[in-house]
Amino acid sequence: MSFIQKHQILERSPTLLFAASFAVVSVGGIVEIAPLFWLENTIENVEGMRPYTPLELTGRDIYIREGCYVCHSQMIRPMRDEVERYGHYSLAAESQYDHPFQWGSKRTGPDLARVGGRYSDAWHVDHLMDPQSVVPESIMPKYAFLANTPINGAHVADLLRTHSIVGVPYTEEMIENARSDFLAQADPDGDWGPVEARYPGAVFGNFDGQPELTEMDALIAYLQMLGTLVDFSTFTPDASR
Amino acid sequence: MSDPKKDEITGVESTGHSWDGIEELNNPLPRWWLWTLYLCIIWAIGYTIAYPAWPGITKATSGLLGYSTRGEVAEQIAVVEARNAPLINALTDIELAALPENDDLHRFAVAGGGAIFRTYCSQCHGSGAAGATGYPNLLDDDWLWGGKIDQIATTIRHGIRNDVDPDALWSQMPAFGDILEPAEINDVVQYVRAMSGQGHDAAAAEAGSEIFLEQCSACHGEDGKGNRDMGAPNLTDAIWLYGGSVETLTYTVTNSRFGVMPPWSNRLSEAEIKAVAAYVHQLGGGEE
Repeated sequence: MSFIQKHQILERSPTLLFAASFAVVSVGGIVEIAPLFWLENTIENVEGMRPYTPLELTGRDIYIREGCYVCHSQMIRPMRDEVERYGHYSLAAESQYDHPFQWGSKRTGPDLARVGGRYSDAWHVDHLMDPQSVVPESIMPKYAFLANTPINGAHVADLLRTHSIVGVPYTEEMIENARSDFLAQADPDGDWGPVEARYPGAVFGNFDGQPELTEMDALIAYLQMLGTLVDFSTFTPDASR
Repeated sequence: MSDPKKDEITGVESTGHSWDGIEELNNPLPRWWLWTLYLCIIWAIGYTIAYPAWPGITKATSGLLGYSTRGEVAEQIAVVEARNAPLINALTDIELAALPENDDLHRFAVAGGGAIFRTYCSQCHGSGAAGATGYPNLLDDDWLWGGKIDQIATTIRHGIRNDVDPDALWSQMPAFGDILEPAEINDVVQYVRAMSGQGHDAAAAEAGSEIFLEQCSACHGEDGKGNRDMGAPNLTDAIWLYGGSVETLTYTVTNSRFGVMPPWSNRLSEAEIKAVAAYVHQLGGGEE
């Protein structure tokens, strides 16, 4: 039997065929996925990145729950038009504490990777309450109910602990103070100092403008920090990445 | 396999599979197809040598052509920047007040500023710059912080009432709910409506005029025409940021308002800020 006919041996034994198929398909994973875990040029340490504050993390959960990622990406691709519109292209490190990441694959609405600080808190409230009141051409649905849904952070320490299990570097101190940090961040009279020390660059204030702490506060706290942690005036991109 | 059956007509080996008398023959692949496959494999090897591909211990091969996505985008941006450099530099250096007279540069600034406006400003001020409740209309000649081109640029650069920029324009109206009685607030509201030529209760407005002089005139002026140094709106022109109805005015006086505009100097270059200022200035209400 010539070499070219040897494939018949595989094709006539289901077990062999399966084993060989598996071996071939594994090559793709081994070559494309596995190296990402050890190659230095995919794991870029960037100054300024920190884990989410308890309130931001809660807002992020609301973002995921409401399916915001279905219409909004959080990934500015390295292309000139995207950089012009949204700001510096996203870095892998900027998603390093995201479990799961929110890159998205569809933009019905604009990219949100650098939406932090771009609009006022009051704008976010107006926009979430009734998007068409500020952007008449928008097709985004209303999320006014978020302002009627109080939250108290009863389980936020557990949320932080869960994220620390999957590798987010929350310290014992952060987890212990999770509840008080959660409440302080959206309290205009809160003690912001220790929160700021634990989470540099966090934004504070009564985000939704009403006395009660609601899901709206958490979501806006999250939106207002998106893409703001890395200082791009000091960041020098390494061209080999 | 040891004794392959041959098809009688073509003489080609049979696979032994037969359905309804139709036999599957073991014909070789067409040559053109096979050669295309081989060529693709050869091309793929060359491709992985030319471009970054093979993973190693600490890094992947960088490819003979030296391609990188980051390098490419930096290059694309550099090309456009180089092309616009004369105009951008001229725009960065020019005194804003002189810009409207410099026809070519002004045209460039207005066109570019319009694009930037639609990207960054339209979410609040509207894609046609007509504003929305709580977000000023930029088409009219009613300005809170000044309508000269350099005043507009200052507002864009530093924003209003934000915690980010220490030079942000800042003022805060007190919430008069803590200071005045509800009846007094109503008097003031009636007076403000009288001032702007709207229907009002004359007696209440009369009483409100004194309260206005006492409490409001320091910022809004004795004649209610406002003060741009403090961003205090003109109350006589019937142009309302939040609304001029009795309910809305009562809410405004009781709780005050605190409109925030983010600073843009951290996102836009000097030339871009000037371009947006030029765009907004020529929309209709720009002052000399």
